[in-house]
Amino acid sequence: MIVGEQKPLEEIWGTVSGHRKVLVLGCNSCVAVCHQGGTKQAEILTALLRMQATQDGTDIQFEVNGIERQCEHDFFTPVTDAVKGSDAVLSLACGVGVQFMAEKFHTTPVYPALNTTFLGAVERPGYFTEKCQACGNCLLATTGGICPIARCAKRLLNGPCGGVNNGKCEINKELDCAWHLIVERLQALGRLDDYEKLFPLKSWAKDRAGGPRKFIVEELLP
Amino acid sequence: MNLKTESKLEKILAAGHLAVTSECGPPRGSDPEVIKKKGELLKDYVDAINVTDNQTSVTRLSSLAACIHLKLMGVEPVLQMVTRDRNRIALQSDILGAASFDINNILCLSGDHQVFGDCPGGQNVFDLDSMQLLQTVRHMRDNGKFLGGDEINRPPRMFAGAAANPFAEPFKIRVPRLAKKIAAGAEFIQTQCIYNLDRFEEWMKGVCDRGLHEKVYILAGVTPMKSLGMARYMKKNVPGMDVPDEVIDRLAGVPKEQQAEEGMKICLETIERLKEVKGVSGFHIMAIEWEEKVPEIVERAGLFPRPE
Repeated sequence: MIVGEQKPLEEIWGTVSGHRKVLVLGCNSCVAVCHQGGTKQAEILTALLRMQATQDGTDIQFEVNGIERQCEHDFFTPVTDAVKGSDAVLSLACGVGVQFMAEKFHTTPVYPALNTTFLGAVERPGYFTEKCQACGNCLLATTGGICPIARCAKRLLNGPCGGVNNGKCEINKELDCAWHLIVERLQALGRLDDYEKLFPLKSWAKDRAGGPRKFIVEELLP
Repeated sequence: MNLKTESKLEKILAAGHLAVTSECGPPRGSDPEVIKKKGELLKDYVDAINVTDNQTSVTRLSSLAACIHLKLMGVEPVLQMVTRDRNRIALQSDILGAASFDINNILCLSGDHQVFGDCPGGQNVFDLDSMQLLQTVRHMRDNGKFLGGDEINRPPRMFAGAAANPFAEPFKIRVPRLAKKIAAGAEFIQTQCIYNLDRFEEWMKGVCDRGLHEKVYILAGVTPMKSLGMARYMKKNVPGMDVPDEVIDRLAGVPKEQQAEEGMKICLETIERLKEVKGVSGFHIMAIEWEEKVPEIVERAGLFPRPE
């Protein structure tokens, strides 16, 4: 899922404080799981913004709402009037939702309340870790199900650098070395010999480097 | 002798001599005299000089430019090239640039992470890793082609090297990792600084058991300890460095003003022991911020004069 982290209140305030009527809109899918962008967090953020407005003596009217997903047209029906009736929207969605709204409501400013951080998993409650960088050409079959592109700070494809220490990455002692995990995993699978297979030069054409990507499923097209 | 390149380093290794290389880091500025001075200091005592490529991610004068300065003064450079800062277009382009000056040696590295340097907020590239850079160098040389498949007019003829750290984890892939680098095209190896000789010998045994020492020239890395403080720092703070307590204890056991000489003695004893290790083809002397000591090490280790 997509993980996000709320921006500092000061930064958020800086983007909305010039408006009179602001819709604070939660997104109740991915970013709600990490308790950063759902309707509940939108309500809390709104309360903080109202306090800030009072302290600053600024007259801003905040309205709160939330929809299931801000990245799909169908979910916007219940809030379309509220969006159109506002001077601006503060979106608690990931960067996808913010942009989707900005394109959908051409004359309404849409501001991000979150920093979209990564595609990750819930290791345990409250603990989220990056697992995938959506490179567009999955190599997990060869690396024992552990991705060196997302999880090695140098995205090395042929093994660990010299900086691994007690299985941890040289840039952060709390970060597992992806290649340490891959080697252990290959051994557990009885495939340690596979480590010696050279991973050829990777084409990044399906990655960010190839430009913005799209995916079309013919049978779903209207 | 069947030589693949014009490299002096390759020639000396192929002739069966113990090779000696050293390294110099380019300055943090544009004064070429710094490089020339280091080149002058080392040139009669080593067969080739590595020039580091923005080591520890601290921005410096470019490795390629520094290699050109050395080459023009008749010194044999080893161009260190990291994949951190350049994509495959820039890497191939710089390889050709180096080849145009007949720089005949390249050491392929991935490079330290930028978080350790002066631009921690910079992007890292890592389009390729060190093994893929080795493959690239060999492809350009042996097939005479760019990665894109087009023919190269006057292909680069570089002796291709790589680094190896016998001490890094996980230890079980240390020998396989060397085999992988050889498969990728490595012809010579320069190792991490060796202090833990038992561990190094264990690694070399694994290397020889697989016959890898017959496929690649291994230059054993040594660095003299300048002080007890340096030894403690390296043990504690340098990732992938294995400094046994005996080394610390020896330096701690002499007065401060004698620590440098003690460090020198340890280094020379290390070289003596390494000379006897099967599969060691030479030495890579990295005298960090102490380049002026390299001639003395070479002489006292009985490695002087250098072969022609």
